This record gives sequence, structure tokens and C-alpha cells, in this order.
Amino acid sequence: MVDIAHGPDPGPHPAPTDGRAAYLDMVRRKRMYGGIILAMFVALMASGFLLAQERNAGDFLSGLPMLGAFPAEMLSEAWANRSELPGLVVRFLPSLIETLNIAAVATLIGTLGATMLALLATRGLARWPRLISLFRRSMDALRAIPEIVVALVLIFIIGGGPVPAAIAIALHTMGALGKLFSEVAENADLRPVEGLVSVGATWGQRMWLGVIPQVAPNWMSYGLMRLEINVRASAILGFVGEGGIGHDLKLAMQWGKGRYDQVVAIFLLLLVAIVIIDRISDRLRRRLVSGR
Amino acid sequence: MTFAAPAPSLADRITRSFGHRRRLAIAVPAAILVYLVYAAISFDLAGLASRARWDNAGILLSDFWSYKTHVTRDNRTGVLTVAIEGEVRGSYPAGTLPDWVTTDGRVTTIDLGRGNVVTYDPAGMQYVIAGYGTVGVTPVDGRLVLTTPGPVPGWISASDNKVAITTAAGRVNYSRAKVETFRYEPGWEMFFFTLDSPFYGKDPVELLGLALAGARIDPARANLALMASEFWGNRMWHHADVAWALSETVLMAFLGTLGAAVIALPLGFMAAANMMPFGPLRFALRRVFDVIRGVDGLIWTILLSRAFGPGPMTGALAIMATDTGSFGKLFSEALENIDERQVEGIRSTGANGLLRARFGVIPQVTPVLLSQVLYYLEANTRSATVIGAIVGGGIGLLLTQAIITQKDWEEVAYYIVLIVLMVMAMDSLSGWLRRKLIRG
Repeated sequence: MVDIAHGPDPGPHPAPTDGRAAYLDMVRRKRMYGGIILAMFVALMASGFLLAQERNAGDFLSGLPMLGAFPAEMLSEAWANRSELPGLVVRFLPSLIETLNIAAVATLIGTLGATMLALLATRGLARWPRLISLFRRSMDALRAIPEIVVALVLIFIIGGGPVPAAIAIALHTMGALGKLFSEVAENADLRPVEGLVSVGATWGQRMWLGVIPQVAPNWMSYGLMRLEINVRASAILGFVGEGGIGHDLKLAMQWGKGRYDQVVAIFLLLLVAIVIIDRISDRLRRRLVSGR
Repeated sequence: MTFAAPAPSLADRITRSFGHRRRLAIAVPAAILVYLVYAAISFDLAGLASRARWDNAGILLSDFWSYKTHVTRDNRTGVLTVAIEGEVRGSYPAGTLPDWVTTDGRVTTIDLGRGNVVTYDPAGMQYVIAGYGTVGVTPVDGRLVLTTPGPVPGWISASDNKVAITTAAGRVNYSRAKVETFRYEPGWEMFFFTLDSPFYGKDPVELLGLALAGARIDPARANLALMASEFWGNRMWHHADVAWALSETVLMAFLGTLGAAVIALPLGFMAAANMMPFGPLRFALRRVFDVIRGVDGLIWTILLSRAFGPGPMTGALAIMATDTGSFGKLFSEALENIDERQVEGIRSTGANGLLRARFGVIPQVTPVLLSQVLYYLEANTRSATVIGAIVGGGIGLLLTQAIITQKDWEEVAYYIVLIVLMVMAMDSLSGWLRRKLIRG
């Protein structure tokens, strides 16, 4: 962390007599560059913001006081119907479980796919070394296609429900995790693999017995992190496409006034689920990394 | 040299540990399998096969690389229209026809290629199918009568009111009101110029000649400028609007990510144990970060779009809100992991807290923080597509609209290609910046 902040060697040292002047000169120049970059950054942000505001339906300053209005309206309606809230929570629980299932299935399948892709795309481990770049490019492609695109196209073909979302998230997970997995596997110790080669192990055995045990803690930690991301993605995909609690949320939002108690119930469920999953995954990851 | 037999207790322990591992090696995959089976049942995977519409997949794939031209005759008035994708904007103006359609006002001949010819005449319609024979449809007393060389094959569906013939060369639909022929051709039609453009239907060599040397079509402008504006203002593909939408999406990601970073930096300082001596504030800030992160991007998006209305600013604010929590947590963690010696050195010169932070801390953490911000910028370019679909801005909105109409799949393909290119460009830009900023 410290080393990389210094940059490359500045070249031959200046004579000691003019060291002070040269140093001050350098500091001044650096400050000027920093100032220019900062000014450019501020100008870019400001003009970008104004542009975005111009294309927006409402502008920032007039929207700011409204920020509390919708939550207040929603909460007051939910408060008025507070006796029904537990019933609504129970009613939407199956949708929440569907959302979580989508995320879990996608993470599982994605992790399995990423494992294969990563092993096939890592130098020194690959089954077919010539195809490494093919597998790498395919991981890049899987990562680059946003989930929403795959999900919407699949909804058109195989109809609504949780499956399109699960497939879309799984594909994206394969690409995203595959890259991280392969980076971890690159640093794996090759001696166990060589040992296994010497006793005539097949490629599968070499990977399963020589590589996987080394990288498993790191991989599982990345997988858990991905699970957190995927729960959120699954909720969003439900809102835009179909399936899970996101879809219920969309229906309740479209209905608007009169169903805000449902919206609040769904928000609560989502919030609690996400916080719990984050907590569990955080704890598990800490245990994995510290070696229990 | 003597070999001592391992103590029986050790052997026992190892055997037991191996047995334990072996059981685990079977139990974990079994548990995963059981879970997947449960998921398959709860997702109704079996019912999926029956619900899946593979013909939709066919339409999608064929639309991705080809377009169809509708040749329609109104059976009551006899008016013939030829329109690309059946759209008004793609209609051939009256008096002009593609070279594979000929008409004398009463009889229309449509050449579908390879010996397949459809003829509309006052009596009805004949379709000469290469290698099969002639299929005819004639309305008699308000009912449609189908004549085929043999028994009616599976690719013709016929009732009293409607006859649909699907062949490799094209499709013909005959109803009492109208008869339509669809001819498929590869490519995205009118991608560059629409039918009413003077440049329509010219090949690249002709266009190049026109651009460089030809007489001015519009006396006020050079041909190249006219060409650019005709392309940019293409009324079928709306290139200008699409470019706008793309830049809106990038803008959302950029504003959201960097705005969040700017807000989170001071908060991160206040939440780091070695920067902020006052414990309760630290604790409170940490919980605030947790809540912001827990209130998912979806919820932020919905709440903010209620206040600010649809548009890219709302999307940027939603990204900003979500990421402020993540950045606050990441930044405070990075700040807690700094090397204290550098701060000590600054402290020894009598610097106050602000100066210590500026000269002792910032130079150390900048590379770490920047690389995190750039990673998020990359990821947010993708999220901005989805958030755009919710808040109604950017390419995400165009994509969902195009998919919901279930008609213009070539536009969907175009958008997908553009989105993938955008994401890849942002990935390589941020990777380049990361290398540049961190290594020197």
C-alpha cells in the first residue's frame, strides 16, 4: 500500500545545493496539477449534474422537500392499517423465499460454472492450454451482458416466473466469479498438482485434490459475497421482469394509494432479509479468511 | 533406522478424521443436489417445458439477423402496400416498389426467390412453391377455399376465415380482409438510411463516390454532411436518441459513483477508529452505512423517483444513495489499515488533524480508494441499465420498451450490442485508469 503510492524512481538525484529549490518547484508543480485535476473534476461533475437534471422530469431543488413526502404518506397508511401488517408479511413471505431461491440457485449454478471456467482459463492448470483465451473471452462476454437483457429475452421465450431471472443471474455470476476465481487459482501452489501428476492422476483428480483444497476458502468467500449481490439483483429483476418479491412490489406500487401498506410490508421483508444475509455472509467470510 | 508404529490413538484419530472428511465430501454435494431438486420443483421446471414458446425464440433469432417486408393487399379495396416490418415509416411510397414485386393494378406478382412466386389476382391468391406445387386460396361465398396438390401439409393452417402458409422462402397469410406476404432478407433494413432518403439503396462504393465527388443533392450542404444528418436523424432507428440514451446511462453511473465517493470520503474518516476518537459517532455512522446498504438500490430507486420524477438525475441519485453506504464502509476500513508511521512523522512536525489527514493519510489511501471507486464505476454502468429501466432514463428504458412491444427485435439486438460495447468500453477504461493511477 505504501510502496505503490510513491510511483517510479524519480531519476538521478539533484545536486544537494539546489535540492531545496527543486523540491519546492516539484511541490508547486504537483499542487498545480492537483488543482487543475480537481477543478476539471468539479466542472465535470457540475455540468454532468446539470445535464442530468435538465433531462429529468423534476429538478433537484424542488424535489428535495418532496423526499420525505412519499415515505411519510406510505408509513402513515401502513400505520393506519398496522393490524394487517403481520398478515401481509406472512402473505409476501413465499415471494421473498422465491427471490432468495432465485439468488441461491443462481449463485450455486454460477459458482459451479465459474469453477469450471476458472480452472480451464488459468495458466498452468488449464486442461487445454490453447483454449485459455477462448474461455477468458467467454467469461468477459458473460460479465458484460447485463442480467436484465438476458432475463427479458428469456421471459419472452420461456414465459414469466423465477427461471429466467435465475438463468440470467447465474450466467452473470459465472462470468464475474470466473474472473475472480481464476485470479485466485493463478496464485495456487503448483507442487501438489505436480505430485498428483507423478502418481498418474487425471486432470479432474488433480484439480479436485490439488487445487480446490488450496483455493476453496477464498472461492467460498467470493461466492458468499456474490450471494449478497445476487439477492439484490434478484429483487431488482423481479421488479423489472417477473418473479419473486420484486414483482409483488411492482404490482403494489402500480396500484399506488391504498396498497402502501403492502409496499411497506415488502420493504420490511426485503430489508430484514438483506441485513440478515449480509450479516451471516460477513461472519462466514471472516471465519473463512482467518482460517477459523 | 527404525520405524515406530504410530500410536494407536493417532491412527484412530487420523482414520476418524478421514472418515469425517469422506462423509463431508458426500454430504455437501448431496445437500446441494437436494436443494436444487427442491428449487426445480418450486420453480415448476417441469411445467416450463410446456409453457416455453420456441417459436418465439425462432422469431427472435430470425429478427436478430434479418428483416421482413410485408406485401399487403386489402381484399376489399384492392389497394397494395409494401412496408418494411409492416411499419408506416417503412412503407414504400406510392408508385415505387421493390424490384421483386410487380403489379399492373389487378394482378400482383411477388417473387420470393428460388422459383417461389406468389400471385395476387382478383379471384384470390396462388402460391407456386418450388418442389411442391401450387397452393391456391379463393374466397367463395365469404369462405376461403384452399386448393393444394395433395393432402393439406402441416405447414399450412387453414380455416374458413384464415389461411396461413409458412415456407422457408416466406410466409403468406390470407384472411377475408387482406392477404399478406412476408419476405425475409438478411440484415437490418434501413439501418443507415430510410426509404425517403436520397441515399437509400445505394451500395458503399456509390455512397463513397457521392460523398467525395458527386453533385450536391442538397445544394445547401455537402453530400457528406447530408449523409451524416440523414444517418443521425434516421427515423426508423433513431441513432441520435440511442446515442443520447447511452450517454445518459454512462452519466448516471459516473455521477452516482463519484458523487457517492465524494460524500463518503469525509464520512469514512469520521467512521474510522484511528481518525475519530469519539466512539459513539463512529458507531452511529457505521450503523448509518449499514442501513443505507441494507435499504437496497431497488428501494432507493423507488423512493427517489417519487420525489424527483423519472429521468437520469433520479437514477444518478439512486446509485449515489446506495453506494454512499458501501463506500463509507470500504473507505473507513481502508483508513483503519493505513501505516501509522507516516502519520506519526507528520505529527512530529506539529501538524493539526486536518494537515495530518491531508499529508499523512490521503497519499497512502488514494490508490486503494481510487481503485475501489473505479471497480464500482464499472459495476454501476451495468446497474445503470437496470436502474434506467425503473426510473425511465437511458438505454435501459429503450431496451425494456423495445422488448415489451415484442415487435422490433432487431432494435433489441441493436441495443444489446450497444450495451455490451458500452460495458466493455467502461471496463477497459477503468482498467486502464486503474493501472495508470496506481502504478504511476
